[in-house]
Amino acid sequence: MMADITYLEGKEPHALEKRLIFKNVDRKDWDTSIDTYLNVGGYNSLKKAIKLKPQEVTGQVKASGLRGRGGAGFPTGLKWSFIPPDNEKPVYLICNCDESEPGTFKDRYIVHQDPHQLIEGMIITAYAIGCKLAYIYVREEFPQAAQILEQAIKEAKSKNFLGTNILGADFDLEIYIHRGAGAYICGEETGLIESLEGKRPYPRIKPPYFPAALGLYMCPTIVNNVESLCHVTHILSMGSEEYAKLGTPRNTGTRILCLSGDVRNPGYVEVEVGKITMRQLLYDIGGGPLKGRAFKAVIPGGSSSKILKCDEVFSITQGDQKVDLDFWDIPLDFDTLAACGSMAGSGGVIVLDNTRKMSWVLNNINHFYAHESCGQCTPCREGSMWMKKISDRIVEGKANAEDIKTLEEVAYQIDGRTICAFGEASAWPVEAIIAKFKDELIADTSEDNTYISKEKELQQQFFQT
Amino acid sequence: MNKLSTTSLPKDIAAEKGLVNIQIDGIWMQVPKGTRIIEACNLAKAQVPHYCYHEKLSSPGNCRMCLVQMGMPPRPAPGAEPTYDEQGYQEISWNPRPIISCANTVAENMGIKTQGELVEGCRKDVMEFLLINHPLDCPICDQAGECTLQEYSVEHGNAQSRFKETKIKKPKNVRIGERVRLDDERCVLCSRCIRFMDEVADDPVLGFAERGTHSKLTVHPDKLLNHNYSLNTVDICPVGALTSTDFRFQMRVWFLKQTPTIDTNCGHGINTTVWTRGNDIYRVTPRQNNAVNSCWMPDNYRLSFKKFKEELRLLEPSHKVTEAHQPIHWTKAFASINEQLGSANSENTALIVSASLTNEELYLAKILAEKLDIKILASVEHKQEEDNLLISSDANPNTLGLQLIFKLKTLYKKLGSIKTGIKSGAIKNLIVLGEDLTTIRGWDAELLGHLDCLISTHSLANSTAQASDYSLPVATAFENEGTMINLSGRLQKLNSAIQAPTNVKTHFQLLTSWLHSLEVNHLPTKPEALFIELSETYKALNGITYATLSDLGEPIIETNYQVPLLAKEEQRRKQGIIA
Repeated sequence: MMADITYLEGKEPHALEKRLIFKNVDRKDWDTSIDTYLNVGGYNSLKKAIKLKPQEVTGQVKASGLRGRGGAGFPTGLKWSFIPPDNEKPVYLICNCDESEPGTFKDRYIVHQDPHQLIEGMIITAYAIGCKLAYIYVREEFPQAAQILEQAIKEAKSKNFLGTNILGADFDLEIYIHRGAGAYICGEETGLIESLEGKRPYPRIKPPYFPAALGLYMCPTIVNNVESLCHVTHILSMGSEEYAKLGTPRNTGTRILCLSGDVRNPGYVEVEVGKITMRQLLYDIGGGPLKGRAFKAVIPGGSSSKILKCDEVFSITQGDQKVDLDFWDIPLDFDTLAACGSMAGSGGVIVLDNTRKMSWVLNNINHFYAHESCGQCTPCREGSMWMKKISDRIVEGKANAEDIKTLEEVAYQIDGRTICAFGEASAWPVEAIIAKFKDELIADTSEDNTYISKEKELQQQFFQT
Repeated sequence: MNKLSTTSLPKDIAAEKGLVNIQIDGIWMQVPKGTRIIEACNLAKAQVPHYCYHEKLSSPGNCRMCLVQMGMPPRPAPGAEPTYDEQGYQEISWNPRPIISCANTVAENMGIKTQGELVEGCRKDVMEFLLINHPLDCPICDQAGECTLQEYSVEHGNAQSRFKETKIKKPKNVRIGERVRLDDERCVLCSRCIRFMDEVADDPVLGFAERGTHSKLTVHPDKLLNHNYSLNTVDICPVGALTSTDFRFQMRVWFLKQTPTIDTNCGHGINTTVWTRGNDIYRVTPRQNNAVNSCWMPDNYRLSFKKFKEELRLLEPSHKVTEAHQPIHWTKAFASINEQLGSANSENTALIVSASLTNEELYLAKILAEKLDIKILASVEHKQEEDNLLISSDANPNTLGLQLIFKLKTLYKKLGSIKTGIKSGAIKNLIVLGEDLTTIRGWDAELLGHLDCLISTHSLANSTAQASDYSLPVATAFENEGTMINLSGRLQKLNSAIQAPTNVKTHFQLLTSWLHSLEVNHLPTKPEALFIELSETYKALNGITYATLSDLGEPIIETNYQVPLLAKEEQRRKQGIIA
């Protein structure tokens, strides 16, 4: 099928790619209208799904082995089945389009270029879980996406893909767009729900507030990432068996990786999960390091995932035996990256080369998390800013080895003690960078490291109070 | 391995009674199903430190101070049966990550550790985080002495700080309402005050602004914390962020003596603590009683002690001699009154007794009426606007006591006939115990002028005292002792927090002295001793003594009255907001 699709010049997919979700991204003669989407067989998956029983749709998604693409990699079909069977309250579906993890830029292309794929996925999902009202939570920084999605919803409604008695079936659905106000924490599902309810996006404690039972307005709610919902469309169109053949067992399907940082060809690629290695991603697709530089480290799944050194060898368990896995041979899937002590996360692969000072990287990440902590629970609220302030001193050459020890301890004081995963998100980068680059950091505490760029100065002014 | 029969396993025995078995710090105990872990630990006398948790408010789990280690039996392999030890419990597999004990509930065979390296480490770490941006201004902070940040710091914190950075600056001394001041730098962002205003007071004016470390408590734009329950936020603030405008900087709390007593502003009999030093009251705070006022109290009640200003007090008995009041000795006053009343026809004499008197005092008033052969008795009903929380429409604190002692339900309705009697001249002499009649509609100095002899008792100077032939000074509720019965039929103890001025008597002392002058000599000198007589006389009081009556009182009469605030609390419990 891919053979008859032509892409814009210079935007052609790499030979290692397998385009499913991004099939229509950068496609020649493509626009976001419903007619264009219908011309290539759009909404056929919905027509297929609506002939099945809702449980059969969920069954297909379960059988496909699809794991959430938002960051945690939780099996999507299993998540759906957590809605209490005796539920009498309304069920909500929320599409999490608050793509904010630094290094991640996949959902933006889906909603900008192929919104109907998402709408279709949402309608199928809503049908499967018995939802009549769905929301798309769009981050503030995607104003255009919100407009495009509004238009797409209008079009889908005019064709009776949304509204009442969809395609003649006993199934009603409305989708509404809700725009965020620029907070990273709104991407956390319970924070998102609170925000959608009109409150401060303070994540909820779990237990008792598991969204599948007590979500939006205390009703069962399924929150899925944009990409995950798009996969639902393809699972239905291909059949779960075919879909499960993509990727590797337990890590099925395709996923979009966002390659950024110090590589020749940064950008997005859609590959089968676990079918390509770090080497293929960075050299074959990424084009290798910039001229005269060498790869140093990679943050494999968005800024909160633990950093991996390019010369590391990981001792992991495969099957029953322990094997040594070289960094370059890591297949990019959920389980292997987890075994290597990091995570596949949101698919944002950030590459760092030998020109990067790790203290600056650390400081940059700490700035982000100190700025984005919602402030609800103590360790994260106080710890994230403390870590930022210590790393500020490191880059200013005003720190010593003792400070780095404190910094590391602070990270472990946050890790695992907070309401939501933000605590880990802010602590993991610090833990990993200190564990792997301690000597470099200590060297960076010397007075020679006092260079602060103009940009840095402005940034510091902005954050300093 | 398991010698016990399956039916006798602890889990089954507990389940029959709606209980679960839980191991706290190595000791097994049974607690009701659905109990929060933190409360179960309390029952086990293993108190867990906490800031955000308050048993009467929802649990956001944000302070992270109550982290404990939890364990459950491992899930048996498919097809395998769980195994039990000799005592019938399953082995506990401990979770390496701590959990909050405030929002999680107990489960069968759960294990909790409130001690140990993990838990103690967590507390130490949270304390460190809470203190890094906290100003070290304890010497000038009004919360010092009753600050959980201080207490837990000593118990769980570090002596030295590792924080070398600049602390965050936040607003200080902000007037967020008429009675409450806010210091944002001291705030630990526990959100208790926000939740109280939202859930209990139903006036959600407080909230957080900014985010991260810059988060601060504030009132919403164009709002103020002026609700009549605003001072409860000061009580529940675990630190010195919210302070009472009235009490702040008046006295260090460790100098204050606490007296448990009850409020006398209305029929609910809110349980209070009166904080005094020397003979001065510094503040009044609610005392928790789940059957009366939960943990709360309206602001106007707690500040009502301020109305007893010394310059307004009546400090000695006086007798009206040709328009002007002259001081008179108590003994002479009674002799003179007895003489005047003795020469009059008792049918022309009436007694008005206030339902703000204690049961013991009412009992003495009854004896007095019998001794003086007074048949015309009445009491004054005081109605006020109820607030659907803790202010009842009945402003008398002891209406039920009045009904019990006088065995009459209609004493309030007799007041009109006394007024008619005075007007017609049928009533010539009037004894008024603890009521300012001129505040009642239709009663004024002119009406009282028809009387030959008016004897009245008051704490504060007023028009009735002014119109009286004998004005007798009495103690306030803060200086008095005795029992009262609230609208729910609960017998409660009023305790004296301070001494009455030298020449001022409580109604109890006044009435015993008066009766003594009438040669009724068998009366005890202490309310406690008199109560023994009451408990023998009245069936509802049978078997009760001051010694057996706890600070929380005792239900003695079935009334079906429900305190609105408690009904709302019950509703929140049903909704699962509180446990």
